[in-house]
Amino acid sequence: MQGVSKRFGGVRALSDAELVVEAGRIHAVLGENGAGKSTLIKIMAGVVAPDEGRMMLDGQPVSFPSPAAANAAGIVCIFQELSLIPDLSVADNIAISNPPRRFGLIDRRAQRRMAEEALARAGAENIHPLALVKDLSLSRRQMVEIAKALARKPRILILDEATSALTAADVTKIYAVLKRLRAEGLALIYISHRMHEIAELADECTVFCNGKSVASYAQGSKTDNEVVELMIGREYNAVFPARTARAVSDAAPRLQVRHLGWTDRLNDISLELHAGEVVGLGGLDGQGQRELLLALFGVLHGTTGDVAIDGKPVSITGPDVAKRKEIGMALIPEDRKTEGLMLPMSVRDNLSFAALGNLSHWGIVDRTAERDAVDGIVRLLAVRTDGTDLPAGALSGGNQQKVVIGKWLMMAPRILLLNDPTRGIDVGTKQEMYQLLRELADSGAAILFYSTDYDELVGCCDRVLVMYDGAIKRELVGADITERALIASALNIGAEGAGTGAVTEATS
Amino acid sequence: MSGDWSYWLREHRGTLLAFVAFVAMFTIYAANHPAGLNANVATTAANKGVLLAIVAMAQTLVVLTSGIDLSVGMVMVLANCLASTIVVGTPAQTALGVLGVLATGGLCGAINGLIVIYGRLQPIVTTIATGAVYYGAALALRRVPGGDVDSTLADALTGQLAGGVPASLVLLVALVAIVWVPFRRSAIGRATYAVGSSEVAAYMSGVPIRRAKFAAYTLSGLLASVAGLFLTCVTYSGEASAANGSTYTLYSIAAVVLGGVSLFGGSGSAIGAIFGALMFRTIGDLLFVFNVEPLWQPLFQGVVLVAAVSLGSLRLLRIRNRLDLYG
Repeated sequence: MQGVSKRFGGVRALSDAELVVEAGRIHAVLGENGAGKSTLIKIMAGVVAPDEGRMMLDGQPVSFPSPAAANAAGIVCIFQELSLIPDLSVADNIAISNPPRRFGLIDRRAQRRMAEEALARAGAENIHPLALVKDLSLSRRQMVEIAKALARKPRILILDEATSALTAADVTKIYAVLKRLRAEGLALIYISHRMHEIAELADECTVFCNGKSVASYAQGSKTDNEVVELMIGREYNAVFPARTARAVSDAAPRLQVRHLGWTDRLNDISLELHAGEVVGLGGLDGQGQRELLLALFGVLHGTTGDVAIDGKPVSITGPDVAKRKEIGMALIPEDRKTEGLMLPMSVRDNLSFAALGNLSHWGIVDRTAERDAVDGIVRLLAVRTDGTDLPAGALSGGNQQKVVIGKWLMMAPRILLLNDPTRGIDVGTKQEMYQLLRELADSGAAILFYSTDYDELVGCCDRVLVMYDGAIKRELVGADITERALIASALNIGAEGAGTGAVTEATS
Repeated sequence: MSGDWSYWLREHRGTLLAFVAFVAMFTIYAANHPAGLNANVATTAANKGVLLAIVAMAQTLVVLTSGIDLSVGMVMVLANCLASTIVVGTPAQTALGVLGVLATGGLCGAINGLIVIYGRLQPIVTTIATGAVYYGAALALRRVPGGDVDSTLADALTGQLAGGVPASLVLLVALVAIVWVPFRRSAIGRATYAVGSSEVAAYMSGVPIRRAKFAAYTLSGLLASVAGLFLTCVTYSGEASAANGSTYTLYSIAAVVLGGVSLFGGSGSAIGAIFGALMFRTIGDLLFVFNVEPLWQPLFQGVVLVAAVSLGSLRLLRIRNRLDLYG
């Protein structure tokens, strides 16, 4: 097999990125959230088309209009849990793109053999080929996903965080499988946030930052510290409002959480949130931050542990309870289009939803009070709209997000939970948002703020809790909150020499 | 392998439940029928049941893609009016007429499919609109009820075979063997399930999404026209009856649900829907046997339907993230 090379350039999420992958090697791709890794592999797998740049396979330029085309060229990508069909059996799934046929009909016996063979190759012989995918655990599904990829006889195999959902036993098996595939001459592209996995598996590494490939090197030629350095690097530096010194009070914390747990996604989380404080939630995407916010807001069912508001134990069983006056909790969701706004409804209706209880008498909405309150919020947040009768869907992303926040501000929340609120909005609006968060905190709200943008956490927060694998691993305070410390603790590579500031173990 | 049986049971649970429920109901019905289960009773019951069963098969194909076909009854009515016009004359003319009816049904289904696939309209809206069009065409063909159908064909399809076996049941079995089984076992049938279960995953797996949907809608139209043809054979005439069309459309959805086919798509079988249809018919007959006033029939059928749907949503009690309930 010839050497395989690929080049891209000038994609929005990805600018002038380059990646050269050789057959018979495992190539690790690193980078922090939003560095362009996912876009890169989506292009390779034919899911999105590049705006510019070229992709070369065996020295020939290629382009893939669909995942099927990429598969046909021997490029197979293992996404996280995306491509399995829940209602079909394991064998049906493994054979889905090209089932063996006899007389035009699917040959189930041949398909069964094919599935058993693929499962064996992936080290997952103990999965029954006739089991329905929806009945399998996440870890088992991921193994099926890998078996499915192998059944397609790939020449280039891309693994995107393929081990994130696996149990330790399965991870060991997968390592052996990947090493065998490398020996068979496949090119493997391995995306992982786990440094020890990369150290164990990779031959070469490429680091991505801000949509650019910033360095390629042989594994082992750089220390963890140098890698973290490479992953840092920003084009802009947003202006953040000054932190306000908070008078130390011995009042009970506004929100106190003890030993919170939920399935295997949240483990023994304890935290405190005081009035006037902006506390950040850091860590890599998908380490349980979203679940933590949902759990606090009462959306998750079957959580364990205790929650207290102002020192009084409460049981928050749903958003309707969370927004009651004595709790006063609001959640700004991550996906504003589906969880935050009713896009076809007017800006005014959207804004007044959460606060309708305060604006109505005997169930009848007081239109005048509603109008006054809405106009007040629109002015406060400087929402740029041609009027509050416009459908919310007509606003720009940044202004939509303001409406989502404004909706909860109308009920004057005492605890504000934010789930990556600045994703996909412009820099100017972001700065207004930072200003607003600080003002809210100064007026006595307690804010818990999850962001995938480390800059924001550094600039906005009084404290940052870094999560990994569903638990809070580090707590950074004040001047210790640096991008370097954040990345190091997000990768869970330990505190030793990872940052200028001392990194303390989570205290609570 | 020893575990194979349990996985098979798991996959076909809905179909098996529908089968067992139908057999139980029908046994009660037959045991209490004043005349006992003789060949005539069986044939009458079979003809009524088979008609709905075929429409339910047609509905199943679309529901599997996570769509819904509200034009299925109207296609049946159109086929009925057309059949009462062209399925007459010499054997050759009759055969040609049958082909014409089936082709029309397939075309109606194909039109639904093309609009859903390329127009990217929701199936529910699309089929309400096309259903009205098909009904309009039926009215144009038959302003007043009437027409005729080749009596040899009609008697052959609605009568009894040697030993008193209802011919309509043989027709139903033949449809399953010729249309459903090959479809279920073909790559395109597999693709239909995949699209209904998770369209994103199907796309990511390189499944031919458009072809799968097109096949499902077209076959659905074809089966609906078979139902129309059969209706003509039962009534010896054609009638552009809007009530008939709407009733069969709604009943077919009920049958599909009773038969264990998921309205979210991707799981279930036309065989389950057939038993769902037969069960739905038997409910009505049961009330008749027990001398309940016919007035109570819709109410009772409704109660059974609600009970069946509730069974299907028991799993929602296990959901841990409440957002998944609305997802």
